[in-house]
Amino acid sequence: MRFLDEEGFGRLMALLAARGYVVIGPTVRDGAIVLDRIDGAKDLPRGIREAQGPGAYRLEATGDHQLFAWSHGPDSAKRFLFPPREVLSTATRLEGELRVDPAPLPEVRYAFVGLRSCDLHAIEVQDRVFAIADPAYRKRREESFYVGVNCGHPGGTCFCDSMGTGPRCAAGFDLALTELGGGFTVEPGTARGEELLSELGSREATGAEAAAAAAVTDGARERMGRRLETDDLPGLLYRNREHPRWDQVASRCLTCTNCTMVCPTCFCNDVVDGISLDGTEATRTREWASCFSEEFSHMAPGDVRKSARSRYRQWLTHKFASWIDQFGTSGCVGCGRCITWCPVGIDVTEEIAAIRVTDGEVAVAEEVVA
Amino acid sequence: MSLDVSASAVSEAEILAGVAPRVATVRRVVQEAYETYTYWLTLDDPVVRRAYRFEPGQINMFGVVGVGEIPISVSSDPARPMRLAHTIRATGRVTNVIKGLRPGDRVTLRGPFGRPWPVSAARGGNLLVVAGGLGLAPARPAIYRAIRDRGAFRRVIVLVGARGPEHMLFRHELDAWAQWLRFRGIETHLTVDIADDTWPYGEGVVTTLFPRASIDPRVTTVFTCGPEIMMRFAVRDLLGLGVPARRIWLSIERNMHCGVKLCGHCQLGPYFVCADGPIFRYDEIGELMGVAEL
Repeated sequence: MRFLDEEGFGRLMALLAARGYVVIGPTVRDGAIVLDRIDGAKDLPRGIREAQGPGAYRLEATGDHQLFAWSHGPDSAKRFLFPPREVLSTATRLEGELRVDPAPLPEVRYAFVGLRSCDLHAIEVQDRVFAIADPAYRKRREESFYVGVNCGHPGGTCFCDSMGTGPRCAAGFDLALTELGGGFTVEPGTARGEELLSELGSREATGAEAAAAAAVTDGARERMGRRLETDDLPGLLYRNREHPRWDQVASRCLTCTNCTMVCPTCFCNDVVDGISLDGTEATRTREWASCFSEEFSHMAPGDVRKSARSRYRQWLTHKFASWIDQFGTSGCVGCGRCITWCPVGIDVTEEIAAIRVTDGEVAVAEEVVA
Repeated sequence: MSLDVSASAVSEAEILAGVAPRVATVRRVVQEAYETYTYWLTLDDPVVRRAYRFEPGQINMFGVVGVGEIPISVSSDPARPMRLAHTIRATGRVTNVIKGLRPGDRVTLRGPFGRPWPVSAARGGNLLVVAGGLGLAPARPAIYRAIRDRGAFRRVIVLVGARGPEHMLFRHELDAWAQWLRFRGIETHLTVDIADDTWPYGEGVVTTLFPRASIDPRVTTVFTCGPEIMMRFAVRDLLGLGVPARRIWLSIERNMHCGVKLCGHCQLGPYFVCADGPIFRYDEIGELMGVAEL
């Protein structure tokens, strides 16, 4: 384990930019910590903490100089690796000939600074969806550089400890930092990270610093805002498709799609065609979509999921149960964004717990099951 | 960083074949039924055209540039993959534009996608096809394959229902099968919910044809395709006759945007219908079909 002082951290950001990366990091905008292009440590949210709860997010001053005294805002790396809107192909019609060209592969190389362990896990969850079939995703993903920051300040809606995805960065990073007073301990996760670290002028961390770094995430584990019992979630949700809790949550859910937009793993998308005014050029664009909209399940004979009940059930059951059947991993990393950014404060951990305590409350009539 | 994506069962070549749209030319448009037309296409690129293969029941994403794509099964003979038929009813935004296509117009195709009808699973026994309305289109390639390989089956039975005579797809072909192919061992029975004076076949829903087909549950494999409500009643009666759930196969319809398990629209419980379906075995999805709005 190495130790990097604050100036060294500044050198890290400068070195990433010098190597051609577009540095993406946390910064304050519109009253929230968002991910955006940053020019150095001066753009980071210094001395700021978050207060998060169901349907609540506020920034507050901490009165100190810490850069990472918060968990995460609404953004995740998803917005960059799987952009909200992306051209898939263009078609041109000239003299009666139709030509379809796939969009050129992206040239940008990102360096993500300050991703939490939950968000590093979320990237690996999305890899299983996109990495084979989407060459643009794969190129952006492979060429990016990942600087994780171990989390010492879980939000009021966080439950990564329950999902096994944090608060300590375990995989998926090139470098992992832990913020201590006056600097950072640094651990490389890849050869690429090790090589970069060797140029930063770090020193070996002392035993006390290593212990302090371990205490940061140990303390975070104690302060998780939420917990979730994950034992046999697929079985629980599959056998409770007719549970009355779905009606109860549907009476609160606005089907606004906020939860799916802020979720770092939600991948559903629409493919939309557009055409130029003179009719000679058309673009096929992929856009984020949400299973909470009715047209998401549209078919000629009618929409499949007409009710809010069925859409909430689809989302929650997909996230915690069928995702495991489909991709071999849970679709939830416990970041809690869906709770914070839900305008009515619906809490997935509370919904699942409510189903669990009344498991099987509505038994489907056995004679009806084929 | 290299990615570990071994969790996926789909090969990269298969996916790239389906991700890139190919330009195709409309060669012929044939009216089949009320608001329903078959579009015969050839792929423009001769290399792609010669390499293209599909299995009965598989889907293409049929695209009109600037308008959009829809998932449509191929309705022609898999033994002749250089000419591809797609039978489409005009019901929505994209299909109504497709209705205006004329020979010479250009469209895009991606595919083929999905799990096909397991025609070979019926070999040595009876193949029973139960189709309703537009559901005959995805089933027709399986029937063609059975006709070409007639000696592999004991009996081949085709039961088709539609709302009325004007909704019966491929009418001339069905007449020919009913009159002439029975001498080659293809048993074709047709019915409509409401007949008129010109209709020479049965009247009633498609399940009323079951007694006439004298189904032997011990050796019969069933392919059924049609509206979900029709398939549900067909399956109920077939199970009642003693056909095992694992020998009943259905074609399921869902919204699709990608065909390669990354748009999320076609999910049915744990399945992506575009890749795990559209053909399912009844014992795989019977329970899911029973859940409203799943």
